Amino acid sequence: MTGAQALLESLKKEGVTDFFGYPGGQVLPIYDALYNEKGLNHILTRHEQGAAHAADGYARVSGKVGVCLATSGPGATNLITGIATAYMDSIPIVAITGQVPTTLLGRDSFQEADVTGITQPITKHNYLVKEAADIPRVIKEAFHIARTGRPGPVVVDIAKDAQVNKLDFKYPDKVDLPGYKPTFKGHPRQIKAAAKMISLSKKPLLYIGGGIISAGASAELKEFAEKLNIPITTTMMGLGAFPSNHPLALNMLGMHGTAYANYAVQECDLLLAVGARFDDRVTGHLPTFAPKAKHIHIDVDPAEIGKNVRVDIPIVGDAAQTLKDLLEKIKPEKSKHDAWLAQINEWKKKYPLSYKKDGQLKPQYIIEMINEVTKGDAIICTEVGQHQMWAAQFCQFKNPRTWVSSGGLGTMGYGFPASIGAQVARPDKVVFNIAGDGSIQMNIQELATAVINKLPIKIAVLNNCFLGMVRQWQELIYDRHYSHTNLCANPDLVKIAEAYGAVGIRITKGAEVKKALQESLKVKDRPVLLDFVVTREENVLPFVPPGQALNQMIID
Amino acid sequence: MSRRDRGGEKGKAMKHTISVIVENKPGVLHRVAGLFSRRGFNIESLTVGETEDPKISRMTIVADGDEQTLEQIIKQLYKQIDILKVFDLPKSESVERELALIKVHANEKTRGEITQIVEICQAKIVDVTEEALMIEISAETEKVENLHKMLEKFGIQELVRTGRIALHKGNQN
Repeated sequence: MTGAQALLESLKKEGVTDFFGYPGGQVLPIYDALYNEKGLNHILTRHEQGAAHAADGYARVSGKVGVCLATSGPGATNLITGIATAYMDSIPIVAITGQVPTTLLGRDSFQEADVTGITQPITKHNYLVKEAADIPRVIKEAFHIARTGRPGPVVVDIAKDAQVNKLDFKYPDKVDLPGYKPTFKGHPRQIKAAAKMISLSKKPLLYIGGGIISAGASAELKEFAEKLNIPITTTMMGLGAFPSNHPLALNMLGMHGTAYANYAVQECDLLLAVGARFDDRVTGHLPTFAPKAKHIHIDVDPAEIGKNVRVDIPIVGDAAQTLKDLLEKIKPEKSKHDAWLAQINEWKKKYPLSYKKDGQLKPQYIIEMINEVTKGDAIICTEVGQHQMWAAQFCQFKNPRTWVSSGGLGTMGYGFPASIGAQVARPDKVVFNIAGDGSIQMNIQELATAVINKLPIKIAVLNNCFLGMVRQWQELIYDRHYSHTNLCANPDLVKIAEAYGAVGIRITKGAEVKKALQESLKVKDRPVLLDFVVTREENVLPFVPPGQALNQMIID
Repeated sequence: MSRRDRGGEKGKAMKHTISVIVENKPGVLHRVAGLFSRRGFNIESLTVGETEDPKISRMTIVADGDEQTLEQIIKQLYKQIDILKVFDLPKSESVERELALIKVHANEKTRGEITQIVEICQAKIVDVTEEALMIEISAETEKVENLHKMLEKFGIQELVRTGRIALHKGNQN
């Protein structure tokens, strides 16, 4: 069999059923092998960036490794934003790129780019494959590396002659990677010390992130928190890991977190971080972050521990396993943290998330209505900006893998192609992409992909004719200098949707919101773009200005 | 630990010798060098060569940083799939060497004095011309630097250093 055929066989061995790609000169042998391939569903996007984000959205929703394919040179460089997005959020994808034949490598050949060189800082690992015979082993390793330990993207760059040359196909049973041994079980001594520290704490707080979701540790987390009566605050990446309406849930902390979560961080005497990485959007001014607390940090990646914050007890291990081990070592005491929880409830009552209801169409209201009509069961994807923060604040989550948003890299244009991946992975689910008018225009060409594949994605554009988050900073920090954030020449998004064969609906009044959302849910065979013309200068609050302590929030 | 330094304020910077055992694969030097530059770690010197096993290479990196930086460097290096082992080599527990070739101006009047310095420093003269001497020294970094300083007044034409290599003393590896 040829290298290209071996690649497809290897993908099937890894359990791949769907993948996303875009053809070109140096992947022609792979596309030729796909021509008669029945076991793999290839989805043609309209831009390679769309393919990378779709693979990422697919991975976040399904828990499987997402796969994308692109040609050499510009095809590969168009994947870069998507690979970097996946890298920053620890999402397992395998990105396969064609490369010029080995005889032309290093000669600035047509559509040649040093893909392994370019992707080295944004991948967990990468490969340049020059021999057909290496393809099965490399694919096996790539999937293993992508999905184990701290997950992340792996790039496999395959020279065209390796795709064409013949090999005897034998898929390896196991990988041989002496330099790669992720730690699964936390050190017993550290667990014992942590258990003691938790037992002694009067005001403990769980601070959890995307690691809970990638480890599939939601059930363990819930049991841990409920048995020990410990409140939980969640990073943006951790949304969905713990039910939003749970009495112990403080929801999101950080720059646009809830006031009660941020106050709890600043008051707690023990911060138990699990699968979170003390990102600057979470901590604000580092030296004043959680100033009264001892720190326990559980993470599968040892390099995360001590990177930003010094911790008292580090535990390297899988989140689910470690929470289970830790819970075994602690004797639960009923009503133990009642005073602490009462204090938190007081903050919850005093500083709930809110917005001014002044008769105008408010973006927060639209999110509340999306939540109402979907009963919190939808998969919510977002782009990046104000709409993303409102979605993070006002969406109610019940389950993990229902929130798909670019956290670390903050990639505008991510949400819509990611929602395509999400809908392909979960055809049974209602998928919303909550967008801004700036972001949606960054990958709007993927409407064609959604239409041709009959994907009933609901695109809710909170259209304020501004790059809203930048405008907000300009208003609050740059003296209202709205430098290049006014998008007054926006196209008619309803007409764009219709031109692609999707449904377009414009909503200008609060009274129309619910009905339009219900209408959109009835459409099952194509995407619906809901163009919500919202009030223009709404701010996301609370807001911790950059470099400030978390309790120095602007609340209203 | 005081609360104040929780946020990672800089501790005392020190030079560290780090040994990195890597699989001898293409791109591995790029991975290591790229890691140092993008994470803002300073490399003072980096040497690389095959070990007793031709599939495995050993890099010796001299880097600047406080204890926390050193810990991050080692952890980040470990994350690289092609890196098998990383360890800090404290001066007291290891033998360190660096090789330097120094070409220095020399004439009838100065040649004798230079030869004396070379002898005291346990260096070697490896090439002689009418106007210059080439000197080889293999020693600890400080001794190489000392010889360099001693020779400066004669006028140094060219100088090349290999960077430090080091091995643990005794049975450790």
